[in-house]
Amino acid sequence: MQISGAQMVIEALIAENVDTVFGYPGGAIMNVYDEIYKQDGFEHILTRHEQAAIHAAEGYSKVTGKVGVAMITSGPGFTNAVTGLADAYMDSIPMVVISGQVPMSLIGTDAFQEIDAIGISRACTKHNYLVTDAKDLPRVLKEAFHIAATGRPGPVHVDIPKDVTAQIETYVYPDTVNIPTYKPHTKGNKRQIKKAIDAIAAAKRPLFYLGGGIINSNAAEEVREFVKMTGIPAVETFMARGTLHHEDPLLISMLGMHGSYAANMAMSETDLVIALGARFDDRVTGKLSEFAKHAGVIHVDIDPASISKLVNADYPIVGDVKGVVVEMMALAKKSVDAEVYAPWLETIEHFEQLHPLQYFEDTDRLKPQWCIERVGEILGDDANISTDVGQHQMWTAQFYPFSRPRQFISSGGLGTMGFGFPAALGVKRGAMDKVSINFTGDGSILMNIQELMTAVEKKLPVINIILNNNYLGMVRQWQTLFYDKRHAETDLSVQPDFVMLAQSFGGVGYVVKTKDEFDAALKDAIEKNVVALIDVKVERLENVLPMVPSGGSLFNMMLLENKKES
Amino acid sequence: MENERRVISVIVANEASVLSRISGLFSARGYNVVSLTVAPIPDTDYSRFTIVTKGSVRVIEQITKQLHKLIPVLRVSETEEMIEKEMVLVKFPITENLSDISVLSNAYNGKIANVSTESIIVMIADEPKRVEHFLTAIKRYHPIEIVRGGTVAVER
Repeated sequence: MQISGAQMVIEALIAENVDTVFGYPGGAIMNVYDEIYKQDGFEHILTRHEQAAIHAAEGYSKVTGKVGVAMITSGPGFTNAVTGLADAYMDSIPMVVISGQVPMSLIGTDAFQEIDAIGISRACTKHNYLVTDAKDLPRVLKEAFHIAATGRPGPVHVDIPKDVTAQIETYVYPDTVNIPTYKPHTKGNKRQIKKAIDAIAAAKRPLFYLGGGIINSNAAEEVREFVKMTGIPAVETFMARGTLHHEDPLLISMLGMHGSYAANMAMSETDLVIALGARFDDRVTGKLSEFAKHAGVIHVDIDPASISKLVNADYPIVGDVKGVVVEMMALAKKSVDAEVYAPWLETIEHFEQLHPLQYFEDTDRLKPQWCIERVGEILGDDANISTDVGQHQMWTAQFYPFSRPRQFISSGGLGTMGFGFPAALGVKRGAMDKVSINFTGDGSILMNIQELMTAVEKKLPVINIILNNNYLGMVRQWQTLFYDKRHAETDLSVQPDFVMLAQSFGGVGYVVKTKDEFDAALKDAIEKNVVALIDVKVERLENVLPMVPSGGSLFNMMLLENKKES
Repeated sequence: MENERRVISVIVANEASVLSRISGLFSARGYNVVSLTVAPIPDTDYSRFTIVTKGSVRVIEQITKQLHKLIPVLRVSETEEMIEKEMVLVKFPITENLSDISVLSNAYNGKIANVSTESIIVMIADEPKRVEHFLTAIKRYHPIEIVRGGTVAVER
């Protein structure tokens, strides 16, 4: 088939079963948009900013498990997308991002809207390509989807000059990929697995440390079974929320900087860490030399570079979590005895009673944590939850009753304010049967507020719940605690009228000051089935607790009441 | 955290921007580069990088793993069992003691490579440690310019 490079892009996307592309057109990508106009194999969703296109594709990918696809133009189109690429890279989200580039003859001449896109994206993608000949396009696109989705997933960027999308060549989409230099290791070493199982059998206070890799690997079901079978308690990272059901008796809670007292103490007291698809991030470990000091470490990860990067692994297992857990279960059936953990579980129960995750309704204004719990009570499993970045994000991770993997979509590694709303659009698009809730803050929501237009146009009724404390709350909290209450540039008292703002785009808005108003607004927003901003006036000076100060030991937490140390 | 000097040999697919992928990795993650050489491997689609670096055992392990993670990287080898050589060109004023310089360069697998009215250029090729000795020894002959080639290495 003799077709243009632009047509090849369309054909390849259809061959990869892509049903949604998020993007924004411009000069250098116009040949491809001309072909998008002519086709009906997938839907294109026009966001109102390139950054939002990438976040929407991330949200879509996270909720569906498929590769997210976004399309942008050269120059500023691409540079606007960089934050999204970096976000997807940090959180290992499989993505293919296609950008236009100035024609080959103009590359290097400082042409209009020219920027060295692959030079920039090299630092924030799993891999990238500059396609200099349309003959290479079918292979490159096939490889891009393959690389994005296999091994440790990540974004792949394909930069295509305008004359290459115009070039006519023979098109045959390859069935298979052959990259001799890329063969991710997915099967765990049998001897290491056996050793790890022996270590589990010998441990008295073992602890599962569940990470986001479980969700990427679609291994939550197997992990739930493994946890149940062994009777070993588990902590989840922020990225792993929803791996275990919130009612699972063996789930302690989230660990880390804002983890629960019990989760952090369990990690400090355990004698064997069983890390599954987790990467010992600094927000999880606190001070490394004090982290799980008494414990051996089993580390299962598909990325060899994640193993022994920060914490030495005594039992390193490189492989896909799902397959490794299945093999571990087969061996463990014979050797792990759940009964022996009774004293350990008692200790953890004691920790949980000593300082449960809680908040007090001790002021006139609504507490943000209450709003999150309330949505959990009303919607529970029927909602997919995204967040922006800041206090509301941590409260959501702490207090929402997650019941399944891929229910919680948030920017973990990069911590990108402005992620939540566009991501929620992608989440809604990927799961129309669920209510899409975005918990956000009065700071974050304004960072991609233009997406109200996308939501209205494409009928993606995302409900944004703004936990509005008139502060850049997390930074304000650090200023209060560590900068002697000098609240530099974090007071957001000057604000738009969020109701009128939503209405001006064709959405609905609510101001909420009481519990009744909250319930009514949420109910009405769900019924109206249109994009909503619910402006909830919450307690201004509420802090996220517990808190492990940056660089501190995990067991040294600021706690709710009088910040006494454990 | 003692800083060990290690030689890492990396075989990569011959494709555009592979050099910047590797140098970008070193700068992004704050790894040291003592020297870096690259040339195609004859009759293949691959090139060999020889990178001399310094770091603790943990850092060296990370470097090899991170290099391997790059998509165009076929093989990374980092052993102590390497035969290492480095070539050096040195330019001296013609007025220096030429027989001394000639004897010294002979002792380090070298010879006189070029002579002009103003200067003499010698080349040597030897193990990195011996190269250092040579460079110290010739200081007294007032070298005008020293060009080091960087280490190349092959496994025993």
